Amino acid sequence: MNDSRFTSRSELIGILVLAVFLVVILPLCLDVFRLNLVAKYLTYAFVALGLVICWGYGGILSLGQGVFFGLGGYCMAMFLKLEASSVENTKIQSTPGIPDFMDWNQITALPFFWKPFHSLTFTIAAVILVPGIFALVIGAAMFKRRVGGTYFAIITQAVAAILTILIVGQQGYTGGINGMTDLRTLKGWDIRPDHAKIVLYFFEVGLLFACIFVAQFVRHSKLGRILVAMRDQEDRVRFSGYSVANFKIFAFCIAAIFAAIGGAMFALNVGFMSPSFVGIVPSIEMVIYTAVGGRLSILGAVYGTILVNFAKTSLSESFPELWLFGLGGLFIAVVLAFPNGLAGIWGDYVQPRISRFIGVRKPKAGWTDNSVADGAPAE
Amino acid sequence: MFGDYSIGDLGSIFVMQGFAGLILFSVYVLMALGLAIIFGQMGVINMAHGEFMILGAYVTWMTSNLFQTYLPGLFSGYFFLAMILAFFASGALGMLVEWVLIRHLYKRPLDTLLATWGLSLMLQQAYRSIFGAREVGVELPQWMLGSLRVTDSIEVPINGVFVMGLTVLITIGVAYVMFMSRWGRQVRAVVQNRIMAGAVGINTAKVDRYTFALGCGIAGVAGSAFTMIGSTGPTSGQLYIVDTFLVVVFGGAASLLGTIASAFSISQTQSTLEFFMSGSMAKVLTLLAVVGILMLRPQGLFALKVRK
Repeated sequence: MNDSRFTSRSELIGILVLAVFLVVILPLCLDVFRLNLVAKYLTYAFVALGLVICWGYGGILSLGQGVFFGLGGYCMAMFLKLEASSVENTKIQSTPGIPDFMDWNQITALPFFWKPFHSLTFTIAAVILVPGIFALVIGAAMFKRRVGGTYFAIITQAVAAILTILIVGQQGYTGGINGMTDLRTLKGWDIRPDHAKIVLYFFEVGLLFACIFVAQFVRHSKLGRILVAMRDQEDRVRFSGYSVANFKIFAFCIAAIFAAIGGAMFALNVGFMSPSFVGIVPSIEMVIYTAVGGRLSILGAVYGTILVNFAKTSLSESFPELWLFGLGGLFIAVVLAFPNGLAGIWGDYVQPRISRFIGVRKPKAGWTDNSVADGAPAE
Repeated sequence: MFGDYSIGDLGSIFVMQGFAGLILFSVYVLMALGLAIIFGQMGVINMAHGEFMILGAYVTWMTSNLFQTYLPGLFSGYFFLAMILAFFASGALGMLVEWVLIRHLYKRPLDTLLATWGLSLMLQQAYRSIFGAREVGVELPQWMLGSLRVTDSIEVPINGVFVMGLTVLITIGVAYVMFMSRWGRQVRAVVQNRIMAGAVGINTAKVDRYTFALGCGIAGVAGSAFTMIGSTGPTSGQLYIVDTFLVVVFGGAASLLGTIASAFSISQTQSTLEFFMSGSMAKVLTLLAVVGILMLRPQGLFALKVRK
């Protein structure tokens, strides 16, 4: 396989299949309600995609991706909330023109950090920059001091806990445990009716593919290979003269920005944002999407996310008791039996058979140049 | 923020909040001791640690119910039996988990984290199915109710004093086992150099299993003590797990003394701040301080000097 090319032919086919699946098959087969559910799942796929780069390739397990998902989502939700709380809409409040939850919490003026969110341009910049800079600060503080592995995971988890407690505690500024609800329009365009949902779905799929291409580019560039080298033998990369910390910071920031885009799309598609997507539990669930899809597979992350969420929705609808057993079992099974996830199963069992069936001779069995089970990341 | 209180009031506030902090400290220490053994010594991240603790709490609750129904005469002493049962129940579950799950993952620490998280979800659902979603509380024996009056304005609850005494005893016990006994020496040998420990004839697989079981057993005792001061629900364990990991990491993972020192400082900061601001802000400030200090000093408070 020639890795220096942007994408190999089989990967291009994979991307095309995914595109057909998301753009043609799903919209034709599902009604608007279900399609909106898929749109919600796909917002997590952004996070999973970031984790492929950060965790699969960089070997940095972040248990705080919910933080970035939440920051992106809250930035978007703040803009939408401000637009929804125009003076005409909020006439009955004691202070018209501010979001309803502020009014309930006896706040009489818009706090200063809310004011710039009147502008859509600022909001879009903030969706990218706020989580990006936050990730940069955390990453720089941790990786420059060579904190990594399990310690990093625990500290990102603590950050997720802190942010959740903060959002829940500062009800007047953030909407508290209920989050920001009742988001209505984007620049006067109503985001709630069915046709808007469909437009938003296609827009989201477009963004997702943009992110997939960025991830592909990172993976196939020299940078991606340094990330893999660093994951497997950090010291040797350092001795070769590379700044390991900077590469780690980069991977972490990319993952954070992807997650933030997902969060912003979540606010648009689902119409609210709440701390229940920020904390420890959602953050760790996002990791399992990646693990199920295959932590080394960019497309696998998307399929894994859709599959796990679909299972979650249908199982928790019909057998709420079983869902946690199922999810817990999934964590254990993926780690013990299928460390390469769906992509590993596909590459090891399905693809060779298909090739044999069509009569194409594969040069070699195995699906990528590296797998997780034997080449475990060194501490 | 001190302006409204006189000096004497402030003194009492600090003592009372300090005491509330000491109870929190006991819970942290009990939970962190087990974790310090599992994470600090073995390097395994056990996200299901809280659920092992809750198992101990449920065992205690069942024992108290049994005593109430069949042996009401001995009720005042049920707690001691419950604690022993909790230790063995959690320890046995720990041994099983090590055998089924953990022993395959020693080389992949990040994956133990995911697998044990899955385990914790399953245990939570199991507790919910068996014991119900509502929180349960044990009935305390008569002698544990009430409080001791130290001065006119300072009162301390007896169950709190009891839990603290228990914490001290267990800590001494763990320190003795780890640093004085032959078995503790084997554990430390395996941790420091697995291959050489195996070469001199230590059964490392067995040591691993019993170490993990000991950590889980201590979590069970922690859960048992936890019932003295709060009620137990299927998800109570998850509330403490991140705090406990921070306690262990902040103290310097391999150091028992560090764990105790960090549990003390974190719990005291939190409970003192709690008096002056809302509970959530106190927690945020405490956790932020801990994360901030960890960024400046990643090795924790008491780091062993080892060459890597």
